[in-house]
Amino acid sequence: MPYVPHSPEEIREMLDVIGVDSVEDLFAEIPTELRPKSFALPKGKSEMAVLQQLEEMAAKNTTDLTSFLGAGFYDHFIPTAVDALSSRSEFYTAYTPYQPESSQGTLQAIFEYQTAMARLMGMDYANASVYDGGSALYEATLMAVRKTRRKKIIVSEALNPIYRVMLDSYTTNLNLELITVPHNHGRTNVKSITAAVDKDTAAVIVQNPNFFGSVNDFTEMFEKVHEHKALAIMSTYPVMQSVLKTPGQMGADIAIGDGQSIGQPLSFGGPYLGIMTCTKALVRQMPGRIAGRTEDEDGKTGYVLTIQAREQHIRRQKATSNICSNQALCALRTLIHLCLLGEEGLRRTATLSVERAHYAAERLTAIDGVEMFTKGPFGNEFAVSLPVNAFEVIDKLTERGIIPGFPVGRYYEGFENVLLVACTEKTTEEQIGIFAEILRGTI
Amino acid sequence: MKTVFEKSVPGREGCWPEEPKTKIEDFIPTELLREEAGMPSLSELDVVRHFTLLSQKNFGVDSNFYPLGSCTMKYNPKFTEVVAAMPGFAKLHPVISQLKGAGRHCQGALEVIHETESLLSELTGMAAFTMHPMAGAHGELTGVMLMAAYHRDKGNKKTKIVCPDSAHGTNPASAAVAGYDVVSVESKDGIITPEALAEVLDDEVAGVMMTCPNTLGLFETHLQELVEMIHEKDALLYYDGANMNAIMGKLRVGDAGFDIVHLNLHKTLGTPHGGGGPGSGPVGVSERVKPFLPISRVEKLEDGQYYLDYDAPKSIGYVAPFYGNFGVYLKAYAYMLRLGREGLTRATEGAVLSANYMRKRLENHYEIPYNRICMHEFVASAVEQAKNGVRALDVAKALLDKGHHAPTIYFPLIVKECLMIEPTETENKETIDLFIDDLIEIAEMAEKNPEALQAAPLTTSVKRLDETKAARSMVITDDIK
Repeated sequence: MPYVPHSPEEIREMLDVIGVDSVEDLFAEIPTELRPKSFALPKGKSEMAVLQQLEEMAAKNTTDLTSFLGAGFYDHFIPTAVDALSSRSEFYTAYTPYQPESSQGTLQAIFEYQTAMARLMGMDYANASVYDGGSALYEATLMAVRKTRRKKIIVSEALNPIYRVMLDSYTTNLNLELITVPHNHGRTNVKSITAAVDKDTAAVIVQNPNFFGSVNDFTEMFEKVHEHKALAIMSTYPVMQSVLKTPGQMGADIAIGDGQSIGQPLSFGGPYLGIMTCTKALVRQMPGRIAGRTEDEDGKTGYVLTIQAREQHIRRQKATSNICSNQALCALRTLIHLCLLGEEGLRRTATLSVERAHYAAERLTAIDGVEMFTKGPFGNEFAVSLPVNAFEVIDKLTERGIIPGFPVGRYYEGFENVLLVACTEKTTEEQIGIFAEILRGTI
Repeated sequence: MKTVFEKSVPGREGCWPEEPKTKIEDFIPTELLREEAGMPSLSELDVVRHFTLLSQKNFGVDSNFYPLGSCTMKYNPKFTEVVAAMPGFAKLHPVISQLKGAGRHCQGALEVIHETESLLSELTGMAAFTMHPMAGAHGELTGVMLMAAYHRDKGNKKTKIVCPDSAHGTNPASAAVAGYDVVSVESKDGIITPEALAEVLDDEVAGVMMTCPNTLGLFETHLQELVEMIHEKDALLYYDGANMNAIMGKLRVGDAGFDIVHLNLHKTLGTPHGGGGPGSGPVGVSERVKPFLPISRVEKLEDGQYYLDYDAPKSIGYVAPFYGNFGVYLKAYAYMLRLGREGLTRATEGAVLSANYMRKRLENHYEIPYNRICMHEFVASAVEQAKNGVRALDVAKALLDKGHHAPTIYFPLIVKECLMIEPTETENKETIDLFIDDLIEIAEMAEKNPEALQAAPLTTSVKRLDETKAARSMVITDDIK
């Protein structure tokens, strides 16, 4: 039997030591009435047969389209060494580092990841990651509720709608008041958000660059938020964070994001990782794993999981969160990717992505009837208004080998003609040219 | 070992993309830009060597025996990694499925989701599964949200969730995070009695979260009676399926009357744990809980095409941005196809056999508080050794020196000096015997030379670490502040 090494003789020996006649006797405590009514799983297959079957299934997915899809999840180049290093079995076949002396590799990597994330966000501290950007946002929201003991959350409508629907679901049973402030032509409505903050507000949640790609400075708004003793939560896109004014510089209390774009394949939605960073004042409210530096008996530097007094395995129902793992291997991939790029490589990645997006915006808006929807500065993603329905355009262009972007109308009623277009350093000027020409011929 | 930041040399070239034609300032006003981020500058070899050396400071299943109770650290076959990396899966953008008619571009992925859900439903006897939850504890939270939705829909006013003291520690945390009051039940002789449950089971109880076999490795022998009592109160019964490795082919929780179950695929179904994640925690439900499952669901048309159904008015909504950790459960799907019905049953039998063998061979050397037939794991205690000053922690560290990972220690909380041991089915008898012999030798040393054990470990890259100092001084980034 695959992966079970016991020979019939060994099984006999083991049963004799236990003092039972058969393996079935070991399950005698499960009464017959509780036994499975069926167990109609298919018969096992050889490794080769399974690989062939999965190859065939993989081939049913189209991956040769030129894609301008983003919506918060981006196709950046992943250096080969990321796969080579993260697939070392000492990393990927290890467990949560409960015995730190035998897990220094994982622990030091987490510590370095925490450092990199805190620096990228310009914040004091980071945790070892949570499931994804959406759950990071929800955990950040709960941090603010715990800290302020208030119930009102003000959310910018220009925050990724995927995160907004997740936040709605997670808070259904928690008696929180979520107030969504409409966007203003793809810009975060700073005035309306500021006006909505009051003494009952726990947190304000905004995104930079926002869902429409628009780049902002929230410094003044965050000052107002703090005047009301509320917290400022900012969602970010880590690649762009290498060039943009940081959440820390703007005065955010908590900054989150999805680390997918640095080191993870798109993989139809996961696994990704949620980046969580915060100020010193909030670190004991931050959920999840945190690695800390310490010394061994000889004074040698080492790392352990720390400030665990917040956690589920100690505090049970009083825990800060129920999260008991992190996306360790994903965080490792992000860290390795960042190390390979370094300061210069990361800035180049961001700059190239922005450069291509601006070239795309120029080419697309040169077409009659296509206009910029996103106003003001933008990063590697932007929205354009089309003279026709964006869903239809996407359908037609996909037939021609190009996915032109994401239909904003899917989440924003009344914006059915708006198309969200993303570029990365992988997008070529040639691809953009073909896209523009086909679009011109279609509308 | 120095960190990557300490090793950084400004100007050293890593894996850079081509040089942009422009500057970022050409597009974004300088007042919206930052100074340097402080990322390390290293050569590719610097990076490769740094992380290769780090990996060598780690225990993993491929090099060490990992009998970590309740974590099911079995061997995971290599071919599943190839599956997850197939470009047809790895390169697929998740929102492609949300475009008009684009279901045709991801039929293979949708089929994987649909088929994985079907196999898990058959494995557990549940009516339906969702693959969205991204870890076991996330599955628990989803399960509790499903309970809340069920009661809300029926107009029930329920405020409490019952968690036995032998349940996993995440259960009460998940219930509390979802807004419930948590009530504990004490186990008697290691299991829950109908009498103890009756004391706390009132009309306010929304559900009971049970770990079975529980954290002592024992099967809940009153299960049938407990199920009836719980359903009489219109409470839902939640099964913590982290221990599914103990019961595959022997018990289907759906048939036994459970309403909600989560599985830890990274434990039971052949997906490595990556040093702490990513995992995958799909949730299965009975027919009456099905309408509340998260959005979206993969459905199959009569012509064999798959599509995503977003029309679920009673759904709890979105617990994940897309379809969960697709790349992780792809591995579980491939693993289930490989083992099939018979292989999965054999896995369970092997795990239970090994655990009982180990328990019997250790019973004269360590206290076994509940010394009877166990499932895939059992609990030993170092109380005898503690009389000589050798605690469970010392036993654990001594095992590291012998090249084994340690068992789970000090958990469950209800056993003193607890060592929770789970050998799994993939370890051969030589390894199991070697581990037992080493544990026996440690017990002997605890009498003769306890100081030597208190000094362990000596062979790892660092000696025993000061966890108190770590919590007090709290250095959690490489920047002195």
